[in-house]
Amino acid sequence: MSTTPVKGIGKIIFSSSLGTLIEWYDFYIFGMLAKTISIQFFPEGNNTAALLNTLAIFAAGFLVRPFGALVFGRLGDLIGRKYTFLLTLVLMGASTFLIGLVPGYKTIGIAAPLLVLLLRLIQGLALGGEYGGAATYVAEHAPKDKRGYYTSWIQTTATLGLFVALGIIMLVKANMSDAAFNAEWGGWRYPFWISILLVGVSIYIRLKMSESPLYAALKKEGKTSTNPLKESFGHKANFKMVLLALFGAVMGQGVIWYTGQFYAQSFLENTIKLDFIQNREILLWAIGLATPFFLFFGWLSDKVGRKWIMLTGLMLGVIFYRPIFGTFLKTANAKEWRSQGIKMAHPVVNSTMIKIDTVTNADPFMSVTIQYSKTDWELIDGRKFSVTSADTVPVNQFKSVIKVDTKPVYSNVVLSTALKWKFISLVWVMIIFVTMAYGPIAAFLVELFPTKIRYTSMSLPYHIGNGVFGGLVPFIATLLATTFTTDPLVGLWYPIGVAALCFIIGALYLSNKIDKDVND
Amino acid sequence: MGLVWIILAPVIIYFLVTSAIQNVSSGGTKDINQPVPWIIIIGIFTPIAIGLMIFGYYAMKGEYDKLPESSEEI
Repeated sequence: MSTTPVKGIGKIIFSSSLGTLIEWYDFYIFGMLAKTISIQFFPEGNNTAALLNTLAIFAAGFLVRPFGALVFGRLGDLIGRKYTFLLTLVLMGASTFLIGLVPGYKTIGIAAPLLVLLLRLIQGLALGGEYGGAATYVAEHAPKDKRGYYTSWIQTTATLGLFVALGIIMLVKANMSDAAFNAEWGGWRYPFWISILLVGVSIYIRLKMSESPLYAALKKEGKTSTNPLKESFGHKANFKMVLLALFGAVMGQGVIWYTGQFYAQSFLENTIKLDFIQNREILLWAIGLATPFFLFFGWLSDKVGRKWIMLTGLMLGVIFYRPIFGTFLKTANAKEWRSQGIKMAHPVVNSTMIKIDTVTNADPFMSVTIQYSKTDWELIDGRKFSVTSADTVPVNQFKSVIKVDTKPVYSNVVLSTALKWKFISLVWVMIIFVTMAYGPIAAFLVELFPTKIRYTSMSLPYHIGNGVFGGLVPFIATLLATTFTTDPLVGLWYPIGVAALCFIIGALYLSNKIDKDVND
Repeated sequence: MGLVWIILAPVIIYFLVTSAIQNVSSGGTKDINQPVPWIIIIGIFTPIAIGLMIFGYYAMKGEYDKLPESSEEI
């Protein structure tokens, strides 16, 4: 079977990658806007509960990915890669657009989060069918000594999808006030609506694609599988490879991917309390500068093998996550800045009253008014932060017995230019770990399984590793951090533990041999 | 080493179940005191842990000593 000429492979990669990138964009805008969405679709009151519920809905989309992998993987092995691709794209585009149309909790009550959950599940199913098809499609066109390099272009799409999601969100936010962005029908919906335009373009391009030559040949010879699910998971010889792929490679790669990018963003926003725009700016720079390394490590894996590049990425995460996140904490500690008495940019600090609450109980003599005021600080080197503090104002002359937390709360932290670049370089380092673990993995997975059941077999471990293990990183890490509040880095033990276990299994059982022939 | 994975799997499930029993409390106010997160986590990781046990069983039987290199071997 001759492979596609170089010129032709460029078109193949472009058409596969564009659609995959858009699907990742659709999937990630939800996570990027988790905090805003939690306010819109859940009742007011407990912000942490709302955030956790939103992250749970975010995680729900990940958890159904393996089911999507089974459904669409089976379709792809039965009817071909091309038409399955189209179906996943249509489903993803439609569900994303519709999320942007769901009214908020204030308008339709409990129906709001339920509708969003349903649409999120459809997104997850669609994504479950997309990736395995795209990687398989490109790999089946690629020459044997460049499979790692060509499939690494598909590997860039997840990170680039994140990049586009961040970019569009920032662009929308920069052009309107916070109030206009966060309103029920505000700017936060625009990234969801924009998706339908991107999906339309991609559908047009995909309609012009031809079927995978390997699959087409197999179909012509009558050698396609009649029951790819049974062949993938009912035969021990193949099922054991599915398990090896999951526990020896994808499980660890999934947590590394999500910790270095998604959890980093969530940590900077919710623990460090970094300003919204600066947080995303840091991610954008780090992603932009690290993305070429997907291609580098894909190329390198064609020369030296896939195994040790992937496993090194895992081990570096295990070793360096706590020091890196610890540096974030230590460097951006606004409370310490204030106590160090660093020079102010100007002598006047702005202090505004932002809210008044009245706390009452059965005895009217025991009520108390709580006054919240916010002070903005700016230091001479450009660092900024806000401090919100609460003071009690007794309603009457009796001393109130109601206890109020008057501890100051720090927020809207803005780093100086030098510190910002320090953060960018640290996030960049974590994304380099991602490029090592993720760059070669498409070629690795394709090479593990025969053509007739490849779409089904590689999709399932991939989406369990990334969807379940990786997708749950923000949820489990936040759950741990809000429970064991004495250690703000406690959430990292989940990805560290999973990556370490995966490293050991992969080191012991994976082969570093590159399969020269996937044409079987 | 296969035995290690076979043992590790039920240890993980045991750890999750006992943590759930310790933390779920009707009087608790933290999110970890609610049953739903635990139902989700245990429900998801239990089949994966069973998969780890099967993996350990295959490892113990030497199924990964030589990996297949073509479809004929599968």
